[in-house]
Amino acid sequence: MARELTYIAALNEALHQSFAADPSVIMVGENIRGVKRSETAGLDGAFGADRVIDMPISEPAFTGFATGAALSGGRPIVEFQVSSLIFVAFDQLVNQAAKLPLMLGGQRHLPVTYLIMGAGAGGGRAGQHSDNPYPFLMHAGIKTVIPSTPKDAKGLMIAAIREDDPVALFAPAGLLRREGEVPEEPYATPLGEGVVRRAGDQITVVASGNLVRKAIEVAETVAADGISVEVWDPVSLLPLDKAGLAETVAKTGRLVVFDDSNRTCGFAAEVSSLVAERCFHDLKAPIKRITRADVTTPFSNPIEYASLPGRERLEAAVRALLA
Amino acid sequence: MPPSTTPDLPDAETQIGWYQRMRLLRRFEQNAVELVDEGDIIGIVHEYVGEEAIAVGACAALTEHDVITSTHRGHGHILAKGGDPARMYAELLGRETGYNKGRGGSMHIADLDLGIFGANGIVGAGAPMGLGAAHMFKLRGEPHVAVPFFGDGAMNQGVLLESFNLAVIMELPVIFVCENNGYAITTPIGEMTRGELFERAAAFGLAAEAVDGMDVRAVYRAAAAAVARARAGGGPSFLECRAYRYSLHNVAKGVPREDDRPAAEQADWRGRDAIERLAGELTEEGLWPDGARAEIDDEVDAEIEGAIGFARNSRRPDPDSVLDHMYAVTYPGLPAAGWE
Ligand SMILES: Cc1ncc(C[n+]2csc(CCOP(=O)(O)OP(=O)(O)O)c2C)c(N)n1
Ligand SMILES: [Mg+2]
Repeated sequence: MARELTYIAALNEALHQSFAADPSVIMVGENIRGVKRSETAGLDGAFGADRVIDMPISEPAFTGFATGAALSGGRPIVEFQVSSLIFVAFDQLVNQAAKLPLMLGGQRHLPVTYLIMGAGAGGGRAGQHSDNPYPFLMHAGIKTVIPSTPKDAKGLMIAAIREDDPVALFAPAGLLRREGEVPEEPYATPLGEGVVRRAGDQITVVASGNLVRKAIEVAETVAADGISVEVWDPVSLLPLDKAGLAETVAKTGRLVVFDDSNRTCGFAAEVSSLVAERCFHDLKAPIKRITRADVTTPFSNPIEYASLPGRERLEAAVRALLA
Repeated sequence: MPPSTTPDLPDAETQIGWYQRMRLLRRFEQNAVELVDEGDIIGIVHEYVGEEAIAVGACAALTEHDVITSTHRGHGHILAKGGDPARMYAELLGRETGYNKGRGGSMHIADLDLGIFGANGIVGAGAPMGLGAAHMFKLRGEPHVAVPFFGDGAMNQGVLLESFNLAVIMELPVIFVCENNGYAITTPIGEMTRGELFERAAAFGLAAEAVDGMDVRAVYRAAAAAVARARAGGGPSFLECRAYRYSLHNVAKGVPREDDRPAAEQADWRGRDAIERLAGELTEEGLWPDGARAEIDDEVDAEIEGAIGFARNSRRPDPDSVLDHMYAVTYPGLPAAGWE
């Protein structure tokens, strides 16, 4: 039987294999050494404290440190312990790393990976620990991937490290302990290639990260009533597989974008406008977006849940499209 | 903790080279202002005039393998590290032959092959990149160092203070060079900071001292000692170089040029001019022959003239190249621009 790993173990294996394959790979972050069960387990023991560097709680400085290391022949990985911490380092991410390659006129590449752990609302973590801030990075031009399976977690981690540009990998909180089949050998999952996670022919649901499995559950539920839903996972949000997106919409003619980021200027807004521009004549019904509400994620369970894109709302949207 | 040994000054020829470089820095800026006024340079330029001894003195202690990070007032650092005035002017004029192919302009000129990580439009932001470079040197067992330059105003930027701490705990070969010119635009440093800047740095555990930034020899000595210590694994230092900018914070075409700083203060600093000081010392000590100065000045002017000519004769980027260099690896539709 094929080997199964948790998402977090898959990330860990990708890191070990990347460190072993390339001596220029280094990693910076908080509490990444001496840990037993996290994505960085065993790295410092295997590769040393000069390559696996525990940092003070100084996100701007260690993000800039990585930029400098990348300009000097390194291939750094920066870990953000919590997704909202990218805001602390925003100048170094947006003004510096994202802008440098163009401003340098191509003098150097900037192979940096931002590993953003525990992204999304995990239940009762409140406003500063529940964000899914990928639209901010995408808006700034930082390549962004959200693996939805352990297999892709490993393959995209390796791909991100090998890519000669800054790449942000969001590891959703809700997926870290889930298990799935993961090949043992090193492999890179290509950026810019979406995947049909469940085939169907009446409605396309675009979902990524933690929402993929929820979309599949909804698809199975409505299948009992003869509704055929295709679940399309972009995998890589920037670059986005626009051809793959157009293909599934052309096939089904109906689109629901199910996205766990804010509504205004969020990922769903971008997908909707692309489809409206490119696939207007394929559409049999208006596009629907099921997203987070544009509010700070509230703490208490009922209101937290009400602010997030859930299965019930997706199911209602899907049924309404065919009613 | 000041450096324990004071390095000797190099030979006369090298010091004459410092004079030449300082003169080049000054004439580069004076001509840049003219190019702004004539409309050749679009945008703003921050002149380095008055502070030449800092960049030239500090970079005199470096090789082309060492890395510097720079500031919005960056032309001087780049020239001092060996930058080519022709490619710099070409960048200022937005030409394809510029260092950054016209994608950066005054505040982003860089030459990665010379270890110049670039000027930077964000105060304090270059410093941590110097640390990353320093760590890679250490990791590869190379004896090189990194020198972040920054102003007094940057001393209140969190990322810089974080970088002081990081350099100390990682024992990185880094020499922080603070250019204390007394002001952040209009604000005197004394209004925004209490205590001496170098003492703040010392509190982080950096070997820190204040240096006369109007004396290229003093800057060189302090920098050379700090660089030698860093190369030998002795860790990071901090030099507060005290100087003055003669000109306004920046210039742009059509913006009135009024300097509200006290006239006596301006006159006092101009009276301590670093270029005149070194010229006087070279003459007094008989280190250059009569007429050498005029000859160098003429050579510098000729070089500047040639550099500007090169820039003016270079072509501007083709509009079709607007998407170039955003990524090393592009994909269909990335970067996005139109319908695709
Ligand atoms: C983080 C940041 N805040 C504000 C500015 C706008 N700004 C540009 S230069 C400057 C003053 C900088 O003073 P200092 O660091 O002393 O350098 P100097 O101009 O004196 O060389 C300011 C406020 C900026 N570029 N970056
Ligand atoms: Mg200043």
